[in-house]
Amino acid sequence: MREFDTIQQMSEALSRGDVTAVELAEAHLVHMEKAVGLNAFVDTNPEVTLAQAKASDERRAKQEGGRLEGIPLGIKDLFCTLGFSANSCSRILAGFRPNYESHVTGRLRAEGAVFLGKLNMDEFAMGSSNETSVHGPCINPWRAEGSEQNLVPGGSSGGSASAVAAGLCLGATGTDTGGSIRQPASLTGIVGIKPTYGRCSRWGIIAFASSLDQAGPMARHVADAALMLNVMAGHDPRDATSSTLPVPDFTAAAMGKDVKGMKIGIPKEFAGDNLGADIRKIWENGAQWLADQGAEIIEVGLPHTEYALAAYYIIAPAEASSNLARYDGVRYGRRAENPKDLEDLYARSRAEGFGDEVKRRILVGTHVLSSGYYDAYYNKAQSVRRLIRNDFTKAFSQVDLLLTPTSPNAAFPIGAELDPLDMYLNDVFTVSTNLAGLPAMSVPAALNAQNLPLGLQLIGPAFGEEKMITAGAALERAAKFHVRPTPWWMPEGDR
Amino acid sequence: MSVTVDTVCKVARLARIHIQEGEAERLTGELGQIMDWIDVLGRCDTSNVEPLAGITVDEMPMRRDEALMNNSRDDILANAPAQDEGYFVVPKVVE
Repeated sequence: MREFDTIQQMSEALSRGDVTAVELAEAHLVHMEKAVGLNAFVDTNPEVTLAQAKASDERRAKQEGGRLEGIPLGIKDLFCTLGFSANSCSRILAGFRPNYESHVTGRLRAEGAVFLGKLNMDEFAMGSSNETSVHGPCINPWRAEGSEQNLVPGGSSGGSASAVAAGLCLGATGTDTGGSIRQPASLTGIVGIKPTYGRCSRWGIIAFASSLDQAGPMARHVADAALMLNVMAGHDPRDATSSTLPVPDFTAAAMGKDVKGMKIGIPKEFAGDNLGADIRKIWENGAQWLADQGAEIIEVGLPHTEYALAAYYIIAPAEASSNLARYDGVRYGRRAENPKDLEDLYARSRAEGFGDEVKRRILVGTHVLSSGYYDAYYNKAQSVRRLIRNDFTKAFSQVDLLLTPTSPNAAFPIGAELDPLDMYLNDVFTVSTNLAGLPAMSVPAALNAQNLPLGLQLIGPAFGEEKMITAGAALERAAKFHVRPTPWWMPEGDR
Repeated sequence: MSVTVDTVCKVARLARIHIQEGEAERLTGELGQIMDWIDVLGRCDTSNVEPLAGITVDEMPMRRDEALMNNSRDDILANAPAQDEGYFVVPKVVE
């Protein structure tokens, strides 16, 4: 399927009748089978996929059809969707098959998308390397120049990033609680959008931290991600935090608009002493690309940035400890054998079902919410959260958008065994926007000296995705990031 | 503040996560490291700052209080690890 580079090209080929949705689905399934070494897909169901494709061809024959009619997509394992398991890549949800459809995947289905399968991720979306998955690590299609070492695709949406970067699908869903769409997008050279909190319904998405979680698209191109977001976004009465604001035409924002006169803020606090020279250079280039297209570059301050990561690692685990209390071995998922009593059933089912990182976060979350510590940690972190949001409000009174690096480093080796705190540092540029509920996106910018991709992050004000996408498309045009990884993971005759 | 083995055992019990012998020591080190790092927040002046629990732009919407029958019992029980006669089965709670 390497002949199609954009969803739009694929849609046009389907409209012309050059290819059918069934042919596309079959070719994708064959390609996925050959690329199984990347460990991107964790559940497939060809019967369901082909039935969806057949129904799509039938709709097209009747001149019906939606905005993603016949387009094969990958779905992160965090989404509940009919016909596939939804295990959050956790042992504790082993065997769980939802009998309902998440709002976001339902919208994608309603517009004709065909689902290829469920994508690997860090267990319960907790991680930045996709190594905490019960299915084992997902592998980044990119390798350093001259190296055969396997690298992480980032996380938590590592399967989505790897699949899109390897061309197994042109688009995939992701979720982002602290950077889980943007960081893997950066590490795999693709586009990832985390919309404003409330833009997409969380209904039917397995919860991690409910005040931070947002679904979003991952794709090779800004226009494709914009089109997917247009379909995924919109009000859903089943999620009280989903916004009733109208959804603008993001696809139009991605095409034929420019950044002339836009004010782009450069938050100076993101340029700490530890920032690598390669990242700094790419950031400077990005600002120059926007300036060359008529934007005005302005330095701004986000003075509470240094506290964002610590506040996040109180708030996210606190919410996770509450959300994950539901996994008790009683109603679904894995149950410990021969429990002594009900208490033992809960405690051992959870001990056996959760991996180390999830346990750590549940314990931290329980600790910061426990009597005597609630004010010192949880309330404190929420006060810091307000200060962080106020910083952004002030910045957006001066500028339209902010430009920063997406991740502090490129892809690193699988099994690097970072300690938890070093792993958390991967989110240093991304968490503040989740705390403030703002939209942000990563756009591939360049390869570093090792030939590994790096992304730039654009941040917009709440519900300001349109301008952000316009600037994202401007960065994309200037970056000319057309290079693809060498398909070392394919059987030799197929490379 | 540093985390003690007693704290870890108490928190693990609250979280209903069984910890093996020897595991508490490892967790005490890991949690201690995380909690010490989080203490950076102590440097941030938050006096007179109201905690922010979440980001919602809209007013909380109201809906009609209507009973809905979206899930059938069989659908829900289909995922149960143990069930009998339309109920979830758990170890005996009341003698």
